[in-house]
Amino acid sequence: MPIRTEPVTINLGPQHPSTHGVFRLRVTFDGEEVIDLEPVFGYLHRGTEKLAEERTYTQIVTLTDRLDYESAMSNNLGYVTALEKLGGIEVPERAMYLRVISVELQRIASHLVFTGFFLQELGTFVTMLMYCFRERERILDLFEMLCGARITVSYMRPGGLTQDAPSDFWPALNDFLEDMPGYIDELEELITRNEIVLSRTRDVGVLDPEVAIDASISGPILRASGVQWDLRKADPYEIYSEMDFEIPIGATGDCFDRYIVRLQEMRESVKIIKQCVDKIPDGTVKTDGAFFMRPPEGDAYGCVEAPRGELGFYIVSDGGISPYRCKIRSPSFINTTMLRDMIVGGKMSDLIVIFGSLAVNMGEVDR
Amino acid sequence: MTRALTGGELAVQINDNFPNTVDEYTDISCYIQSNDLPKVARFLKETPNLNFAFLRSVSAVDYIDHFEIIYHLLSMRLNLSAVVKTKCPGREDPCVPSVVDVWRGANLQEREIWDLMGIRFDGHPNMKRIMLWEGFQGHPLRKDFLR
Repeated sequence: MPIRTEPVTINLGPQHPSTHGVFRLRVTFDGEEVIDLEPVFGYLHRGTEKLAEERTYTQIVTLTDRLDYESAMSNNLGYVTALEKLGGIEVPERAMYLRVISVELQRIASHLVFTGFFLQELGTFVTMLMYCFRERERILDLFEMLCGARITVSYMRPGGLTQDAPSDFWPALNDFLEDMPGYIDELEELITRNEIVLSRTRDVGVLDPEVAIDASISGPILRASGVQWDLRKADPYEIYSEMDFEIPIGATGDCFDRYIVRLQEMRESVKIIKQCVDKIPDGTVKTDGAFFMRPPEGDAYGCVEAPRGELGFYIVSDGGISPYRCKIRSPSFINTTMLRDMIVGGKMSDLIVIFGSLAVNMGEVDR
Repeated sequence: MTRALTGGELAVQINDNFPNTVDEYTDISCYIQSNDLPKVARFLKETPNLNFAFLRSVSAVDYIDHFEIIYHLLSMRLNLSAVVKTKCPGREDPCVPSVVDVWRGANLQEREIWDLMGIRFDGHPNMKRIMLWEGFQGHPLRKDFLR
């Protein structure tokens, strides 16, 4: 006698531990198989774009910290890049070097959070997370030296930085750079050739390069699919054109490639920071400007390669002290476009792995 | 470096193939008629010397007397970028054709614009609110939204 089955719809989230914040997936299962999925957004929507219309250009820097709260430095840089393009502001060279140092440190910290949580979702409860957070803690200590804050840094300003690095920052940074490659080796030893990790992530959630480009997917996910596109190389901002580094790409575009690409990016980031430390010139890190910035009328789109992909700001100015419109192109939000196609047809356990491999950040998805 | 196509260069290319679709152009962008959007989008994506396969972002701005939709395009193969804009008059039920058929990446972004700016995208497969809940009154990013 055949067993009678019927599809079951359940809500995964908004408080599920593997949804990285407050995200809800309405999933329909037929047994173990996912037959339909609908992401539900908006639990962390704070109206950042509307808030930005009522703040001065400098105040908005603090709003950008709270977008992707795991990579506040990169958000700061994305915003000031767009604003400097709109206002035609020159940045002192020392400030550019310090900016690159801080965003690359942030990239390492963000990828460490990814690695820890990704392994947590594969079942190594808390162990890997603690390993990764040990290293991340040192980066946050460095941020504390730079600007006094660990997560919501607000370190950058249009035309420069809030302050120069203190003298004890440099030895601490050098110590960290000395240790970090060893840490990455350790992670790699523990994870990369682990049989369980391989069997759960290999050929799971494969994303073809053509589909990824069509769906505007950016960042490590796009590179894991084999597309060699990184704004730091393709459209260098700050002083990236003087840096020597590689762009790691994946071969198949599965969950394992997304992990390995991020791991290799951490190594490249260490390389970039080392070059910056060697080359950084003396000088000021600020430019004098009016307290209330008034960029000329017009619009500009500025973007940077944030840890999660292309972070862009489209700023429209009407000549006043606050932007007429400040649109945020957030990589996490757009990277979820293909979620349904990647998951439907797979098993429930793959759902968690695929969603984890995208490393979305809800502060950025909902804004 | 990514080379940005000027509005003029883009206008020449589009006008050669689709006469009278370009309204005006500036240094950085080119305005096209909203009705011609899907066919121009397909042209921009599929023409080999443009090859704008990657839709960076879709933005909407409320200029009180009209809305403006801005498409930031990127060609990864040619390292080329371009900005295409379209105007959408009226505040009651503004509507422009959807480009989801051309670039899948527009899907969530167009839903977001409908939710927060109140511009409907004709032909979108799932034109529902995304950040706010169904039944929310008004569209918060409009300049006349008061609450």
